[in-house]
Amino acid sequence: MTNSHETNGVGREPERGQPLGMVIEGSVANGVEVRLDPGVSVEQVKVGTFVTLQGANNRFFGVVTDVGLGSTDPRMKYTPLPADDPFVIQALQGTVAFGTISVLPQLTMPDVLGDDQGPAAAKSIPSHFSRAFTASQEDVETVFGSEEDGNFWIGNPLDMETKLCLDLGELVKRSMGVFGKSGTGKTFLTRLLLTGIVQSGQASSLIFDMHSEYGWQGQDTDKGGMVKGLKQLFGSKVSTFTLDEEHSRRRGLSTDETVHLGFNHIEPEDVELLRESLNLSDVAASAAYNLREKYGEESWLKEFLDAGRNGSLLELAEELQVNAGALRALYNRMQRFTRHGFMVEHSRVDTAAQMIEHLERGQHVVLEFGRYGDDEAAYILVSNLLTRRIHRKYVEAKESAMGGAGKEPRPLVIVIEEAHKFLNSSVASQTIFGIIARELRKYNVTLMVIDQRPSGIDSEVLSQVGTRFCCLLDNERDIDAVLSGTSGSRALRSVLSRLEAKQQALVFGHALPLPVVVRIRDYGPAFYETIQGGGDSEEEKKRKVDELFGG
Amino acid sequence: MTGALMERRVGEVVESTSTSFVAQCYQLEGAPALGGLVRTDSPDIYGVVGSVTTEPLDSARPVLARGEDAVSEEDVIRDNPQLARLLTSRFEVYIAGHVEDGVIHQYLPPRPPRVHSFVYTCDPEETARFTGEFDLLRLLLNSGANHSDEIVGACIRQAAPSHDQPAEFLALACRALAVELSADVARLNSILRRVAP
Repeated sequence: MTNSHETNGVGREPERGQPLGMVIEGSVANGVEVRLDPGVSVEQVKVGTFVTLQGANNRFFGVVTDVGLGSTDPRMKYTPLPADDPFVIQALQGTVAFGTISVLPQLTMPDVLGDDQGPAAAKSIPSHFSRAFTASQEDVETVFGSEEDGNFWIGNPLDMETKLCLDLGELVKRSMGVFGKSGTGKTFLTRLLLTGIVQSGQASSLIFDMHSEYGWQGQDTDKGGMVKGLKQLFGSKVSTFTLDEEHSRRRGLSTDETVHLGFNHIEPEDVELLRESLNLSDVAASAAYNLREKYGEESWLKEFLDAGRNGSLLELAEELQVNAGALRALYNRMQRFTRHGFMVEHSRVDTAAQMIEHLERGQHVVLEFGRYGDDEAAYILVSNLLTRRIHRKYVEAKESAMGGAGKEPRPLVIVIEEAHKFLNSSVASQTIFGIIARELRKYNVTLMVIDQRPSGIDSEVLSQVGTRFCCLLDNERDIDAVLSGTSGSRALRSVLSRLEAKQQALVFGHALPLPVVVRIRDYGPAFYETIQGGGDSEEEKKRKVDELFGG
Repeated sequence: MTGALMERRVGEVVESTSTSFVAQCYQLEGAPALGGLVRTDSPDIYGVVGSVTTEPLDSARPVLARGEDAVSEEDVIRDNPQLARLLTSRFEVYIAGHVEDGVIHQYLPPRPPRVHSFVYTCDPEETARFTGEFDLLRLLLNSGANHSDEIVGACIRQAAPSHDQPAEFLALACRALAVELSADVARLNSILRRVAP
C-alpha cells in the first residue's frame, strides 16, 4: 500500500479548495513560502486567509501571514519593461515575476475524514513542492467545529462564507479579553459573546455594565437606533440590577433590583484601590487601615466621617499617629464619594448575596451603573466590592464541594470594562480581579475583560487571559501587550495591524486551535431570530432538569 | 516518393555536426526563411534555419557587379544565365530535435544527419506537431549562434500560423521562453518584443 489515502476504506478524501501554488522554502519557526501559480493573482489572496498544504504524508492547515512579490531576476526592477504591452506583461507574469505568500502551518489535519484523529499542532512543515490550496468549508469545520456540534457561531473567516464557531465551554474555562480601539466594535462583540454564553448555559455571567449597554438595550452609534440587550432577548434568564434607579426610570426601563451599598461594606482595601482615581497619597490611603483598627470592620467609615463632621480630625490624626493633612485629604475624598445616591450609611441588604442567589439559579446578572458609569471611582469601587464578596462565596462553595459537602458552584464569568483601571501593575496585586485572573479557573470564576488600552494591564494578569479577541489596535505598546506570550506573534502582528476598523477581530488563544481573523456576524434582527427561536440549548435543558430533580 | 514531398525538398546536407548542419539549395535563392522548420529524412532530424548564405561556388572567383547598363535587376539575371551555375545558396540549420520510433524528442539526436541527406521544409501540420513542445527553445538559445535571439524570435513567429490558435500558441511559447530566460529579463524582453503580434 503506497498511498496513505487508501489506508482507510470508509474514509474519503477531504474536499479541497482552489489551488494556489507550491511550497518553495520555509522553516517551522518562520512558516513556509508558497509561490503562487501563474493563474493566481496576489490580489486574490489576503493576509489572514486559511490555507491547506498537501504534503507527502500530512495535510497541514495554516494561515496566510504575508503576501509578497518575487522575481527570478534581481535585475528586473532596473530593467525598463513595456508596462503597457499586455503581451509582454502576460508572458512575464507568473514566470519571471510572481506572487508569493507566507503561510504559517498551524495544524496537521487528519488525512482522511471520518478518522477519529482530530487536528493536532503542527510540529513540522510540508516538503518542497507541496501544493497549497485555499481551505475548503469542510476544512474550516474540521478545525473549528460546526454549529451542529453545539458551538457558537461568531462570524465568518476572512473572505469565506463558512460559519466560524467557538466552543463556549472551553471559552469560559479561562479568562478572556476583548481588546480594540474605541469604536472598533468591542461592545458589539462582547454582547454577541454574552448572548452565546447565556444561550448555551455553559456559565452564569455577571456584567458590570458601565454605560448601560448590555441590560435592556444598547446604542448602535453607526447605524443610529437601538439594539436589543440581553434582558430583551432572554427575559427571565437575565436579571438587571441598577445603581441609579432614576436613570433607569428616565429611560423608561424597569429593573429587577436597585443596589444600595452601605458604608459598612467598604473596606480599606477598596480605598487603596481607589488611590489613583481619587488622587490620594500613599499615606492617606493607608490611614484607612488604622481607622479600621480603631473603629472595627463594620463602622470605621461611618465613625471616621462623623469625626470629620464634628471637626475632630486633628485629634484623630494624633491618636492614630498619621499625618493630619493626609487624614484630611482622605476625609474630603471619602465624603465626596459617599454622597453618591447608591451609598447609604448602613445597609442590611447584602447585594452580593442577592446577586449570588440569582447566579446560582442559573440567571445572569447585569449591573447598570446609570449616570455613575462615567464616575470611574464609583465603577471601580462597586465592581470590586461586589466581586470580592461573590468571589469569597464561590471559594467557600468550591472548597466545600471539594470536601464532598456541597454542589460544585456554577461557572461564572465576570465582565468588566476599562479593565486597565483594575488590573494595572500598581493595583493588580490588590484587586480581586487581579486575584481572579491569576488563580484562573480553580474556583470556577473567570473574567471577561474589555479594554482599549491593553498595555495598561499588568503583564502577569494579561498572560493569564486565555482567549483574546482583538479588534483593530494601532498603538505599538498595545499590540505588544496583546500579543505577548503568543507563539508566532511576529506574524500575527502584521495581521492585527491590518484589521478593518469595524466588525473584524483577530481571535486567538485557549478556545481556538489557531489564531483566526473573524468578520463578526451582524447583531440585528436576523440574529434575534436565531436566539428567540432557539430557546434553551440541549445542555441547558439537561442542567435545568438536573437542578429540579437533583440529578 | 509523393509529389508533395518532392516539392518540399529544398536541398541536401553538405556539412554536418552534432548541433547543426549546412545544406546546399537546389535552386539559387531557394533557401527556406530564417526561423523556418526543416527536416532531414533517414534519420528524421528536425532543425531551425539559422542563417542563409549565397556565395560563389569558387571562392577564388568573387562575384562582380554586372548591372551598370541594365534597366532592371531581372535584366541582369537574364543577360547573365551563367550566374545560376557560378553561385550557390546554402543555409545553416540548428538541430532542434528528432523523431525516433514515431516519438518526437526535442533534444539532440545521437548522430547528426548524414551528408547528402535530403532536406525538406515542413508543412503546417508537421510544424504544429513538432512545435507542440517548447524544449527546442533552449536548444536554440544555447546554439552558440551570435544571433540566437533572432533565431528564436523568428522560429516562434514562423511556427505560430501553423497552429489552430496562433495567439494561444504565442502566449504559451512566450511563457516557456520566460521560464528559460528567468535569470535574464533584459534578453527575454528583447525577444518578446520581436515576437509580439
